[in-house]
Amino acid sequence: MSGKETVSQAGESVAWRHHHVLDVDDFSTAEIELVMQTADAMKDVLSRPIRKVPALRGKTVFTVFYEASTRTRGSFEAAAKNLSADVVNITAQSSSVTKGESLIDTLNTLEAIGADIIVMRHPLSGAHYCAAPYVKANLLNAGDGWHAHPTQALLDLYTMRRHKMSVNGLKVAIVGDIKHSRVAHSNIWCLSKMGAKVTLCAPPTLLPAGMDDPQGRFPDVNVTTDINAALQDADVVMCLRLQKERMQSGLLPGLREFTSGYQLNKERLALAKPDAIVMHPGPVNEDVELAGDVLHGPRSMVNEQVANGVAVRMALLYLLSGSKEL
Amino acid sequence: MNDLIIKGGRVIDPSQNLDDITDVLISAGRVESIGGNMPSEAEVIDARGKVVCPGFIDLHCHLRQPGYEQKETIATGARAAARGGFTTVCCMPNTSPAMDNLAIVEYVKTIAEKEAVVRVLPVGCITRGRNGGELADMQEVAGAGVVGFSDDGSYVNDPRLMRRAMEYSLPTGLPIIQHCEDPSLSADGVMNDGIIATRLGLCGVPNAAEEVAVARDIILAELTGARLHIAHVSTAGSVELIRQAKKRGVKVTCEATPHHLTMTEERVLGYNTNAKVNPPLRTRNDVDALIEGLKDGTIDIIATDHAPHTLNDKLCEFGNAASGISGLETALGSLLALVHSGKLELSLLIAKLTAEPAKILGKPFGMLAVGAAADITIIDMDAEWVVYAGKFASMGKNTPLDGEKLKGMVIATIFGGKIVYQE
Amino acid sequence: MSAKVIMTADEMRRSLARMAHEIVERNRTIENIVLVGMHTRGFPLAVRLAANITSFEKIDVPVGALDFSLYRDDLPARSLQVKSTAIPGSIAGKVVVLVDDVLYTGRSARAAMDALIDLGRPEVIQLAVLVDRGHRELPIRADYVGKNIPSAKDEDVQVCLTEADGADEVRIVREED
Repeated sequence: MSGKETVSQAGESVAWRHHHVLDVDDFSTAEIELVMQTADAMKDVLSRPIRKVPALRGKTVFTVFYEASTRTRGSFEAAAKNLSADVVNITAQSSSVTKGESLIDTLNTLEAIGADIIVMRHPLSGAHYCAAPYVKANLLNAGDGWHAHPTQALLDLYTMRRHKMSVNGLKVAIVGDIKHSRVAHSNIWCLSKMGAKVTLCAPPTLLPAGMDDPQGRFPDVNVTTDINAALQDADVVMCLRLQKERMQSGLLPGLREFTSGYQLNKERLALAKPDAIVMHPGPVNEDVELAGDVLHGPRSMVNEQVANGVAVRMALLYLLSGSKEL
Repeated sequence: MNDLIIKGGRVIDPSQNLDDITDVLISAGRVESIGGNMPSEAEVIDARGKVVCPGFIDLHCHLRQPGYEQKETIATGARAAARGGFTTVCCMPNTSPAMDNLAIVEYVKTIAEKEAVVRVLPVGCITRGRNGGELADMQEVAGAGVVGFSDDGSYVNDPRLMRRAMEYSLPTGLPIIQHCEDPSLSADGVMNDGIIATRLGLCGVPNAAEEVAVARDIILAELTGARLHIAHVSTAGSVELIRQAKKRGVKVTCEATPHHLTMTEERVLGYNTNAKVNPPLRTRNDVDALIEGLKDGTIDIIATDHAPHTLNDKLCEFGNAASGISGLETALGSLLALVHSGKLELSLLIAKLTAEPAKILGKPFGMLAVGAAADITIIDMDAEWVVYAGKFASMGKNTPLDGEKLKGMVIATIFGGKIVYQE
Repeated sequence: MSAKVIMTADEMRRSLARMAHEIVERNRTIENIVLVGMHTRGFPLAVRLAANITSFEKIDVPVGALDFSLYRDDLPARSLQVKSTAIPGSIAGKVVVLVDDVLYTGRSARAAMDALIDLGRPEVIQLAVLVDRGHRELPIRADYVGKNIPSAKDEDVQVCLTEADGADEVRIVREED
């Protein structure tokens, strides 16, 4: 704390205007900044002997996961408990996602049980958007289909900011199955907004449609199938998990060819800047998208990302808990 | 029934190149005379400043009965048609059970006779149960008056079966109305493939899913000599394939829907399930190609693909939402935007809704000739109105146009000389 | 809106000097004192009190900053940024003097004490405020008060400090219809 910090009334009140967190694309840069600063304070809390504050005492957070998840759900649960919220975990059977059962009804039921904040993961893109207008509780997106994973993008941004002076102008290479990755998607929108130069690299079948248009919506996003070009002078390399079913659906011939063409290993990492950091949203297929020595090497942020995730999620839960009902 | 005079309107009938301000006399359900002396004893509709044209014909709509009466019935669908200016609608056979046999076709005809305020003509299935496995009773239902064969909603994926269906249809003289969509290319797609799909994390349907199917069926139509009518053309590539086929003399016709002619994939942003439709809304480039196709005659007609659904069919995750737009009541209003913006001549638009579909049906509808059935639609070209789906006659309130302002509306629909809708 | 100055820069300087004397007088072992300023304006006041103590007693007094947002019991304040808490060393066994600009309902002081106690177990917590305006909602009182200013609930007591606002002054502001 420096005594020189000037605090004006205006500077104090960056308005938080979100009742739900559906994606990062509707956050202003000032709001992203607010999340980052709040996460700093949460990081501070996490470093104390008593890692618990009463901010959400008396609030109940429901986690509703229509898709299996260990780390994201655990991270949200820990975050909520650090803020003294009560946490109820609902594991939705995949059968209840099938057509005919209304998601809105399910969420309204959880509200009736007493949910103040609902953290939801859903296999269908946009599920949160369909439900949000009918939900009074705060809805926090923990991942929807291929669409978005806003808390992951924010924790990735937070992690980058702790290691790089500024994200503005940073060259970020995202390598792997981008087409099917909500993590990649949210990161593309978030990083572009913060001024990073994003390069997407994957075999052609795993690249998203319509991103390689310089006149398009994302002029600062580059697309390449050549990993060496993507890694050249990168400040950040983000690898993505490769799902096994991609081979079955004819998108890739096999692991060996993917690994030889797109794995981040030591030799390839040498193309990036000397201080480049390596990120991965986890869980990592070791020696598939990420070579073991890089994963466990000094530039790997994988564990720090997980730790930062708790602080960022605490920040969002805290900010949402103070938002007024729409 | 009293005689009816439609007075002083701009009478447009593309079938006889008529575009004149004159009176129309209707007597005993038929057009008695156009112009000339009008009797003094008659009911009069003042049509001054309005357009008077043949009642519209919709070659492609879904009335849902039997089986999905929660979405629409023949009665409500027909009322929606009347409000939209349609006096003849052809209902698709994807009912439950499907219209693949005489009994269901007769059932639909009976209900239509009793309950529909406009003419309802059934379309029979190509394959039994629309399963794409074996042929439906095509000749039998042809005898009962179906106007074509279609598995609409599904593509007849087996090329050999499609060839057989085309050959088998020959003696009936009726068209095979094909829903062109290669299912392995469209796969899990729920909207147009491209940047918007990427942005929304939705699986895209490439234009090629349609074009591959269009190309195959054109080749099979060429092989068999059968009449092929391609439903709801949505891509620039399809338009070009059909244009070339027509040049070669293949017996192919096709339709485009009002929504594909006026809307793009951007409508889906925000996961608007009311903009979820199959084939999906495409890009500006495709829309422009469709309009061009209408103008050069590649696209023969406009058909609504009216696809009513319940609120809950749409009030869900985009991926789970039903496809389709309730389109009968907004068809004219949205299409007139093309006329108002100068992209399309009014008479051409009317032809695509009247004379041209009548040609495909091979029936004496869609014209204002003396002696013809008095199926007439009266249009106020300049009336501005706000779409309020809640007030639709259709049970399907699913439209992306809800709350939007349209310019131009149907003010009266006359079927067989009887006013079945008046604003 | 009408504003009335109720404490000038000179008066503020004298009050802070007196409060510093009182803090020294009350606590025999000055070495054990930590001044903790409550965000936002408590911190610069704590710095000034510490400077006074240093000039009187020739001893450095550690100064910390405390953000108690996470301990508040009112929700609307949550759109405000949570600031960092930075306290030099451990507060266990220390005499912690919490410093704030205005004591009003007592809820901030309550939250701040909870926040402090989670950081360690001080021997004593004392409270120093520049202005006590009354209207307490909790059984809390200040140990050191710059000035008691009776106020109405619809009035606002504004403390301006050079560090944050460019000038030293306390005003009482009343919204008028």
